[in-house]
Amino acid sequence: MSTARDMGLVTCTTCAKVWPMEQDRCGRCGHRLKSRQSNSLQWVWAFWFTGLLVYFPANLYPMLVTETLTGTQSGTIVGGAIEIAHHGDVGIAAIVLFASVVIPVAKFIAIAYLAISVQRGSAKRLHQKMHLYEVVEFVGRWSMIDVFVVAILSALVQLSVVASIHPGSAALTFALSVIFTMLSARSFDTRLIWDSHDVRVSEPQ
Amino acid sequence: MPDVAGPIQDPMPQVVDTEQLIGCPNCDEVYRAQMPRNGERAVCDRCSTVLIASREGAGLRILALSIAVLILVVAASFHPFLSINAAGIGNKVSLLDVATSFRSGLLVLVSVATVLLIVGLPAVRVGLLIYVIAPMELGHRAAPYARRAFRLAQELKPWSMTEVFSIGCAVALVKVSDLASLHFGPAFWMFTALSIIVVVSDRYMCSWSIWKAIEVSEAEANPADSQTEQAPT
Repeated sequence: MSTARDMGLVTCTTCAKVWPMEQDRCGRCGHRLKSRQSNSLQWVWAFWFTGLLVYFPANLYPMLVTETLTGTQSGTIVGGAIEIAHHGDVGIAAIVLFASVVIPVAKFIAIAYLAISVQRGSAKRLHQKMHLYEVVEFVGRWSMIDVFVVAILSALVQLSVVASIHPGSAALTFALSVIFTMLSARSFDTRLIWDSHDVRVSEPQ
Repeated sequence: MPDVAGPIQDPMPQVVDTEQLIGCPNCDEVYRAQMPRNGERAVCDRCSTVLIASREGAGLRILALSIAVLILVVAASFHPFLSINAAGIGNKVSLLDVATSFRSGLLVLVSVATVLLIVGLPAVRVGLLIYVIAPMELGHRAAPYARRAFRLAQELKPWSMTEVFSIGCAVALVKVSDLASLHFGPAFWMFTALSIIVVVSDRYMCSWSIWKAIEVSEAEANPADSQTEQAPT
């Protein structure tokens, strides 16, 4: 087994076709060909920090502002989940907490771990790292749940004086945080993980 | 690795004809590309990425499912997905209402993003897939710009979030249950149905087979063209 780079070839990341190293664009799908995205990690870190930066206000500011006859209430992400749990819907509260707290935090940690281990050239647990990356890519979108809920409720709960719901500023910063972490994960060139596998250990079959 | 289909594991030949090769987009390992038997998958030996998963009739199924999704997306945007009732005052919202409900400054971005992710991008994506696959399934030459269209469709995949929205509806229902009584509207069920269809359709999707089909279709229609395209510049 050998990689495209070892053979003086380059693989198209979009359509998997292989071309000579000198070629600039894939002749099949037109995507730019790069043997490795050399600045991949710079992009990963740039998006990562931006995502983290907007993640703090997303948790500190209210996500939802509810106006009822009895007064105005504003709830943060965690506050909202706790409130749902108080209603007895522990399952839904768990979904919300999982989607908007556990997943984002775990994603920040996972992407940072992957980037650092590639920078150090670590050749350990390559399969687990690849798997971790796939999980990060898969779950990223689910963090948008809370943003959608806010959008739905703000449109729906407009009952003149009885009750109305408005989005708080955290809705925007949280959405941005999710989008930036998705971009961060997508900028990561997974081939960098496997490059550290230069000393080829024979794979168990 | 139980899923490895035999043919792809051939050791690399020394004389390289790139036409015959497939590279793993995730780890750069190169194999000699051979179509696995119907229903089997060719999996990268090193990182377990599925490289080819050909199924007979997959194109026709993706086409049918994509048309279903397109119809459902359009219908679902105009019907209400949730209705609310409190103290005699009621309200129903469709996605169009969500799109037009925010008028306060930067938060408009949230509603624009929401509608884009839930309706806009999924609709564009299945539209592109229909555009690419339909002519080939009908035995015509691949549509102009089919390559660009299919590449864009693939890139849009992570950004179409209909299934996330379905769960969002359920969460919204619980969240205001003490404030008012909420009910699912017809569009909610349409979104649920189309989320399932999208997942099924993506299971049939084999990027390599479709790229091959586009190439073959264009080569058959115009042999001279394909010759020049294959020559590296």
